[in-house]
Amino acid sequence: MSEFPPPKSEADFEKNFSQIKPLMNETEAYYESSRCLYCYDAPCITACPTGIDIPTFIRQINTKNNIGSAKTIYDSNYFGYACGKVCPTEVLCEGACVYNNQNVKPIEIGRLQSYATAAAMDSGKKLYVMGAPNAKRIAIIGAGPAGISCACELRLAGCEVIVYEAKERPSGLTVHGVAPYKITNKEALDEMVYLEKQFGFKINYNSPIKTNKDLENLENKFDAIFIAIGLGSTSSLNIPGENLENCFGAVEFVEELRMNHHKIKVPSKVVVLGGGNTAMDAASESARMGAEEVTLAYRRSHDSMGAYDFEYDLAKGVGVKGMFNISPVEITGDGKVSGVKFIRTSESDGKLKDIPGTEFTITCDWVIKATGQSKQKDLLSSIKGLVLDEKGRIKVLAETFQTGNPKFFAAGDAVSGGQEVVNAAADGKKAGIAIAKYLL
Amino acid sequence: MADLSTNLAGIKSPNPFWLASAPPTNSGYQIMKAFDAGWGGAVWKTLGVPVVNVSSRYGSLNYRDTRMMGFNNIELITDRNLSDNLREIEEVKKRFPHHAVIASLMVETREEWHQIVKDAENAGADGLELNFGCPHGMCERGMGSAVGQEPKVLKTIVGWVKEVATKPVIVKLTPNISDITRPAQAAQDGGGDAISLINTIQSIVGVDIDNFVAFPVVDGKSTNGGYCGPAVKPIAMNMLKNCAQHPGFKIPISGIGGIENWRDAVEFILLGATSVQVCTAVMHYGFGIIREMIVGLEQYMDEKGFKTLDDFRGKALPNIMHWEDLNLKYKVVADIHEEKCIGCQLCYTACEDGAHQAISLSNDPLNRIPNIIEENCVGCNLCSLVCPVEGCITMERRDDGTEKITWKERTLAGNIPVKFNDDLAGGLHHWVPQPGEALTKPKPKHYQAK
Repeated sequence: MSEFPPPKSEADFEKNFSQIKPLMNETEAYYESSRCLYCYDAPCITACPTGIDIPTFIRQINTKNNIGSAKTIYDSNYFGYACGKVCPTEVLCEGACVYNNQNVKPIEIGRLQSYATAAAMDSGKKLYVMGAPNAKRIAIIGAGPAGISCACELRLAGCEVIVYEAKERPSGLTVHGVAPYKITNKEALDEMVYLEKQFGFKINYNSPIKTNKDLENLENKFDAIFIAIGLGSTSSLNIPGENLENCFGAVEFVEELRMNHHKIKVPSKVVVLGGGNTAMDAASESARMGAEEVTLAYRRSHDSMGAYDFEYDLAKGVGVKGMFNISPVEITGDGKVSGVKFIRTSESDGKLKDIPGTEFTITCDWVIKATGQSKQKDLLSSIKGLVLDEKGRIKVLAETFQTGNPKFFAAGDAVSGGQEVVNAAADGKKAGIAIAKYLL
Repeated sequence: MADLSTNLAGIKSPNPFWLASAPPTNSGYQIMKAFDAGWGGAVWKTLGVPVVNVSSRYGSLNYRDTRMMGFNNIELITDRNLSDNLREIEEVKKRFPHHAVIASLMVETREEWHQIVKDAENAGADGLELNFGCPHGMCERGMGSAVGQEPKVLKTIVGWVKEVATKPVIVKLTPNISDITRPAQAAQDGGGDAISLINTIQSIVGVDIDNFVAFPVVDGKSTNGGYCGPAVKPIAMNMLKNCAQHPGFKIPISGIGGIENWRDAVEFILLGATSVQVCTAVMHYGFGIIREMIVGLEQYMDEKGFKTLDDFRGKALPNIMHWEDLNLKYKVVADIHEEKCIGCQLCYTACEDGAHQAISLSNDPLNRIPNIIEENCVGCNLCSLVCPVEGCITMERRDDGTEKITWKERTLAGNIPVKFNDDLAGGLHHWVPQPGEALTKPKPKHYQAK
């Protein structure tokens, strides 16, 4: 029996995926906000990709001005609530808190941020006044952090904004791709409702932009188009057995889990391939869904993992076993997955080499590949003038996020190749400002 | 082992920790509980013609997460009948014969004073405390601070009390006066055996900004209260010092005002207090705080080699002088101990905006440790006060200790600035940036007005 019994109901699921950054109550927020030193040129601000004036919003909580605090947060980051919960604050604002330098617990900035923004959402108060309509129309492809942030900014400037979203929900990875113990679906979506009501952009759901014709249509109808499509599905490993039943991508697994919760049945033995944060999430989630043996297999060493230390710790904390310097050579099985055949590797000068004769097999019921996501090259390469780099990322001008085609702007994972929600929110906002400036 | 026994003008108690006349001494029940916990004495909640109180009586000044930094009340003297209080005094004294029970009194006429003094003494009170301090409610009726603010009236009433009193008489003073030594002297002149200070300071503790009324609120209205708690301690200590240093003032002093722990008590005793009285801290934490107070005081005395309280009473007084007697040649400068610095830069912004622009930042954005510009440092202490790390900024002496000159001496020598523009101006050789530099100096991005 695993530590986490397989959830049979929504209540079981919530128990297994209890929030690691639960919402503060008024008392906790008051005491925690009291601890902030109000540093000069505070390092937490510099560490935040969206540059939120953190000491000010904390002081506003302390003076019982939660709405003002939320305004300070949203002024810099339209995903204020979500980022408070899903940001890797340990390596961003909280990691920069000067308290760390004397081994004093840093201020819980993320939780304070969610506290203030939750208060604003609960109040339903509108924090912004939209600019006078200016007859400019912008289409945004993708209702994730970049797309929505850009939409908010353009609405403030008085533009008309229509967002085209392939899925049936907004917020992108916040609801589809983040581990469920970081943010609940309701929390992610509530913030979207709050923004949509306030900013009045329109989202067309189940409206993927797939073909040249779709694009042409947008070009004809809109003054500018913002591409915030994120990344595609999990890329192929190009090893035998990948098409067996029960071998799938981590992104697809997490999305299934986020949408169907306890209805997903995770088997007893799971192997997760990869060493990034998504691999950690998939491994943690498998364990929390009741898998008895979850093995995280990474082809390089522990120190080379892309995942943050605290993410690996979270996975280890729920019983995930890490194995390093092993590279998958084949997914074995007859119709269905029965195991993964690995070969041990060694690294010299950063180069990875297989060690001949060291093959071995780990038996398992599922293989989850967390080995990167593909880029949506086909659609993008059909846009005249738009240039992709060698990794398939959209090339944009640094400050304006304008692509090689002046009518097209882009930001988020499709440009960065995959970053945090907060990075997409930051860049989407900047892009929105740049688009408004370009058009007006 | 330190001996904490205390004797204030003949009122003896096992230790100097007394409860001040206030809600914690409203009843025999509370005082017995306090004595049982370890308190040495108690001044009974002021006796007189019983009052009628309002509902909602206290207000608090919180500082961030610290509750009751300051505290204010609009409660009056006892609302219980005299006979009940007297019976309970008798009961307490019977059970705790060696603890000090002092009856606080407040009445109007000479006859009333005579009667209540006799009643309190007959009940077994070890001493009497005349409440000339209460600054709310009672003063409107010509009692409390209304007396404390009129030294002549005060002296007269002390005289009335002394006509019949056989036990020591403590005169409790109000701080709501510009020169505390005048009523203190009047108390002595009237025959008082001791004074106690301070009573509460007239105050508005806060305003309800939604309903436009001060705290505490009584049916939508409010009134000024009496302020006490840790926030008033510096004011109390200054008044204590003024009385203790006052030429010709001889009678002992019971110190009151924001005392909460052994350190506070030691400070009051070093400034000349014989006993200390506590109220707000007990209203906040209960009688149990006495455990820390007694142990801390004993430990301090043992470490310093003080056998009795007399060994250090008033020991700080000779070192508190007039400003004009301070050494102008003494020079300290701030020193930042880099290994402790956490890089909050509070010292930088405090000095830059609030003091003398004597701290600079590194040009390397990754190095957040500020630097002292020693030639600009006036040794004001501000940086060391705002620094959140223990021992990170210390003040280091820079003069060699051989030179000494005071303002008084310079005045006598005719060596002081006397003109509006004078070559002897103290700040003349201190570098001050040009006003316009304020606008050209680089500032953090987020400091730009939105």
